Amino acid sequence: MNQARFYLPLLVVLAFCSLILALLSGSVVIHWSELWKALGGSQADLGTQGLILELRLNRALSAFATGGLLSLAGALMQVLVRNPLADPYVLGISGGAAVAALFAMLLGLGGVWLTGSAFGGALFAMALVFGLARGRGSWTPTRLLLTGVVLAAGWGALISFILAISPDSNIRGMLFWLMGDLSFAHSPIAALLMLLLGLLVSWPLGRDLNVLIRGELQAGALGIDSGRVQILLFLLASLLTATAVVQAGSIGFVGLVIPHIMRLIGLTDHRLLLPAAALAGGSLLVLADTLARTILAPQQLPVGIITALLGVPLFLYLLRREVSSR
Amino acid sequence: MNPPLLEAHNLDVRIGGQQICRDASFEFRAGECWGILGLNGAGKTTLLHTLAGLRPPESGQICLNGNPLQHMARRRIARHLGHLHRGLALALLGLMPQDTPDPFPASVLDTALIGRHPHLSRWQWESSQDIEQAQAALKQVHLHGFEQRQVNTLSGGERRRLALATLLVQAPVMLLLDEPTNHLDLHHQHQLLELLRDQVHNGASILMVLHDINHVVRYCDHVILMYDNGTIAQGRQSEILNAEVLTQLYRHPVMEVDLKQQRFFTSA
Repeated sequence: MNQARFYLPLLVVLAFCSLILALLSGSVVIHWSELWKALGGSQADLGTQGLILELRLNRALSAFATGGLLSLAGALMQVLVRNPLADPYVLGISGGAAVAALFAMLLGLGGVWLTGSAFGGALFAMALVFGLARGRGSWTPTRLLLTGVVLAAGWGALISFILAISPDSNIRGMLFWLMGDLSFAHSPIAALLMLLLGLLVSWPLGRDLNVLIRGELQAGALGIDSGRVQILLFLLASLLTATAVVQAGSIGFVGLVIPHIMRLIGLTDHRLLLPAAALAGGSLLVLADTLARTILAPQQLPVGIITALLGVPLFLYLLRREVSSR
Repeated sequence: MNPPLLEAHNLDVRIGGQQICRDASFEFRAGECWGILGLNGAGKTTLLHTLAGLRPPESGQICLNGNPLQHMARRRIARHLGHLHRGLALALLGLMPQDTPDPFPASVLDTALIGRHPHLSRWQWESSQDIEQAQAALKQVHLHGFEQRQVNTLSGGERRRLALATLLVQAPVMLLLDEPTNHLDLHHQHQLLELLRDQVHNGASILMVLHDINHVVRYCDHVILMYDNGTIAQGRQSEILNAEVLTQLYRHPVMEVDLKQQRFFTSA
């Protein structure tokens, strides 16, 4: 347990380093000393470099917020449906957002309209899965999961339909949106605030989650109102996912794997796991995005490719280590 | 006589259209150990969960220490008061459920520690005292040295003992146990039942679902017989258990054998 607490400061350092790295690297190389000057406040003297720094900072913070949101949402979703395979997208929230966003793109809308409709789509998908899974009051994790998975398949069909009828000129933008893309890089403030809110709401529930993950019966016997906690988890995880999707499209993998990686290194207590997942998810996405825009610079890759390339071997390594230590 | 710790009046329980009990009343007092016997599907677990306040009865009232449990559990009415009471109540009342799978990694010590949950406030972390208590409970069920093991590497029997340790860490006065001896070898069955008997001697009250009639005869003073038509018989086990009643209960011939002045029941 003491060893587990030691990871948190380490992850803070990792997050900080990943942000610095993101600021320094890119097609225009910026030197340490210049970064130092900019942070010191004399931005005006830097001219173009200051501008580049500002753009990179925006994008890096966007990536951090998105990764944090997705990991936190994934960790909460896994407790909610008590299934290790759950990720933030499992209930079709991102599907709803994607359909609305692609439809907006098809109509030639952009900017605020695009973000607005993506968020609206996510909220609609949330309400739909909530209403259908609740039915007449009974709500089991399995029923919620099945409803979500089936609805996600439905959204997938709609996405394919929109792609099929879209003119070729739109397709590339749409695909980038679907794979997750941080190059829009709108202001990270809202996403960062949402991440903070998510942590503030979920952290006090940490011990309840430790019990709830062992089953509703156990939770009920230990005095937890499972129904209430589950509704809160659902709303929170869905809102976090919606915010992340609106910020950067549906970036896969982070939300599934980061919570598991945290569990595998020994952070099974949710009071430690939740903040750790947010930090690690944020850092992973910052690093992945930095790679995505530097490997083939000036060309940019969808960041989802890099998260998977980084995450898959790391996860498999930890899983093997876990198995062999038994 | 002591006032009952847990009591139920005019209880009507149904699940999936099946009548589990009709107009039944129970009183469980400190120092009593009750067994529940019945066929599969007679509703033993459902009754246990109802008495634990985990599912509402069709009608009737359940009281813990004289306070109606339904009111404590009802979410809408007086949420604040209810919740506080519920927390306190459930520190008094503990349930050891049937086996549950663990899809997520957890260590043995952390699992035992969740028994402290109802005793801690929202912002409190487990203290070293809580950890000592958990370690003591693990020792009682012969799981010391297993603290850092992952739960999913334990055998079925070891998991049952861990579930009992969690219950002991919770330290409730009223213990409800669902087939506690499941998966346990002969040695650990008796070790567990003796541990529970110690709890009763220390002033707890126990209600447990068992499948071994001889465990009831040896460790329980009272018994509830649940027939699958929704009727219930209850009383001192020495008075109501006999070969004829058990043959009827299990729809299978049962005979009584006396060995060294002790009663045993076996299938004929």
